[in-house]
Amino acid sequence: MRAVVGMSGGVDSSLAAACAVEAGFEAVGVGVRQLEGASRCCSLADARRVCEELGMRFYAVDRVDAFRREVMEPFADGYLRGQTPIPCVSCNRTFKFDVLLARARAFGAERVVTGHFARVDSDPETGRRRLLRGRDRTKDQSYFLFQLDQEALARAWFPLGEMTKAEVREAARRRGLHTADKPESQEICFVPGDDYAAVVEGLRPGAARPGAVIDEDGAVLGRHDGIHRFTVGQRRGLGVAAGRRVYVTSVDAETGTVRVGPPEALEVREVRVRDVSWTGEPPVTRRVEVQVRYRQEPVKAHLTERGQEILLELDAPVSGLSAGQAAVVYDGDVVLGGGFVAGAGP
Amino acid sequence: MRIYLDHNATTPLRPEVVEAMSRVLRETWGNPSSIHAEGAAARGALDGARSEVAELVGAAPEEVVFTAGATEANNTVLSGVRRHLVTTRVEHPSVREPAAELEEAGVRVTRVPVDGDGRLDLVALDAALEDGADLVSLIWANNETGVVQPLPEIVTCIAARAPLHVDATQALGKIPVEGDWDFLSASAHKLNGPKGTGCLVARRDAPVLLRGGGQEAGRRGGTENLAGIVGFAAACALARKEAVERRTRCAALRDRLWERLEKLPGARRNGRPEEVLPNTLSLELPGVEGDALVQALDLEGVAVSAGAACHAGAVSASHVLLAMGRTPEQALGSLRISVGHGNDEAQIDEAAERIHALLQRMASGKPGE
Repeated sequence: MRAVVGMSGGVDSSLAAACAVEAGFEAVGVGVRQLEGASRCCSLADARRVCEELGMRFYAVDRVDAFRREVMEPFADGYLRGQTPIPCVSCNRTFKFDVLLARARAFGAERVVTGHFARVDSDPETGRRRLLRGRDRTKDQSYFLFQLDQEALARAWFPLGEMTKAEVREAARRRGLHTADKPESQEICFVPGDDYAAVVEGLRPGAARPGAVIDEDGAVLGRHDGIHRFTVGQRRGLGVAAGRRVYVTSVDAETGTVRVGPPEALEVREVRVRDVSWTGEPPVTRRVEVQVRYRQEPVKAHLTERGQEILLELDAPVSGLSAGQAAVVYDGDVVLGGGFVAGAGP
Repeated sequence: MRIYLDHNATTPLRPEVVEAMSRVLRETWGNPSSIHAEGAAARGALDGARSEVAELVGAAPEEVVFTAGATEANNTVLSGVRRHLVTTRVEHPSVREPAAELEEAGVRVTRVPVDGDGRLDLVALDAALEDGADLVSLIWANNETGVVQPLPEIVTCIAARAPLHVDATQALGKIPVEGDWDFLSASAHKLNGPKGTGCLVARRDAPVLLRGGGQEAGRRGGTENLAGIVGFAAACALARKEAVERRTRCAALRDRLWERLEKLPGARRNGRPEEVLPNTLSLELPGVEGDALVQALDLEGVAVSAGAACHAGAVSASHVLLAMGRTPEQALGSLRISVGHGNDEAQIDEAAERIHALLQRMASGKPGE
């Protein structure tokens, strides 16, 4: 039986490939080229070498143009609309899973294997496939995978789901994989040095929206060069002297206004979520947990459907929520689905 | 069983070629420029090789300048253009790129279009030469589609208004060399010779790109790659001896494959069959992603290519097919199959079966067994 292994050149996908080979699959490595030149997130040269070490075929799939069009530019446009987009979600869905699924169909492969820290099992009652958090909660990547549907989950296998990062490195070392001690990739591969503003300006030159920085009473504290330099919850680099500790509480793309306020003003208890998708049937339960950031403790919430959107009423407030972030809905370890923050209120 | 159907990318070395090269590597290691016996032996081998290559291209031996392949030969010829270059929209990157660089440096570059069958627009060529040109450079047989340009008609059209350079890399060894060209580029590895060796045949003064120790009568510096050159010559000798048999045999295999593939939904050939290299089948398969198909076929043991091998890994629609009026989607769904030495009817039948089975599976969207 054939399996397609998504290879980025990092230690996680390298070990996932080794697991696929050891499980008896005819494993075929597939690496998606997303950026011109080398990137720290995806090094296809390393991926190719690991495949050679493991005796696997390797194919590169070029998606440089599409990645720019479908991930990088929407990311920039999100910032220019005053949002805080999370490009890794659409990247994982469209640029990792969809490409791998399409290749699996073309190659006649039963399985799609990746190095994500997540798990898949079958619901003992319904038999439906379920997406679960990785066992290592500090590395759990289920947050990025909430858009996977039953078709994707039917083929997905995440061999690292039961392991910790330390165990992954140890297992890779034991197998002599040359990527065993490769450093972690940064969070967003096309934002070198975390300089979001420079990336947005590079992708959309001349689109910066300057405006005023005001406080909660509407008093103008200063001017800024562009709203894309601000994100809700931000404290540093505001360029104004408020005489106290203030945070960005909202960004208005229409007027170019950045509003700041005290930390209490950041707290939200109600979250509206758009573009919702479920990994299986829409949940029956109203009591869920929601996670609004990668690597954040989930918060208990009450879920109500509101037309195309869902409303989440949180038991405890979360701080610094911005439109565009992914809100992922869990039932314990099980990912029910999620969407993107459309709006939030106290 | 693996089936290699990508002979336009490169070809396996014939045993006769390997034998000739090994002998040189073992015995004739002297420097052809040296005056002693070792050097003289090497000089003898070099001269013999030059005559052999000249014979195949129909030139005088002293017109053959050995290079490290056709890319170097193409770059050499184009490096002499100062004012106006006339070329085409369907060139190999080794002409396209230097042409673009000339343009950036202020040289006028006219790119003559082709029609839907890949044939050069002779009216446009005529118009391009109205104010004369330093050089007309065109690919004789296209590497992606196999479309062969009609050299005699082109020569008539040019009417001595500019020197003509033909990139014969794909043509040499597949069709007879003809026509009144001034410069010709070729590469050994496309006709069962070694990689890294080729030639520029110059019937008039050619520019010098690599200056050095006066080798190749001062036209290309650097100690000669004698083993490669002798391998090239051995390949040329075989091509000359087998010319007719090779053409008939390749065409029969290629046509046999087309007979088995023409029933594929929407399949059509690029170029008019009678105007395409005898070994090349350029196919358009609607709704199929060419690079996925090439990879999937590779897993099934069939080596083919989508567009040109030089672009491996890059999914951008072939400029050649776009120039022929195809849409980007059509161009991305194209497959290049090229037969050659080592292929037989059984392989062709087996390859056709594997292609059919694969396309059925891809269309059904179901995983394999």
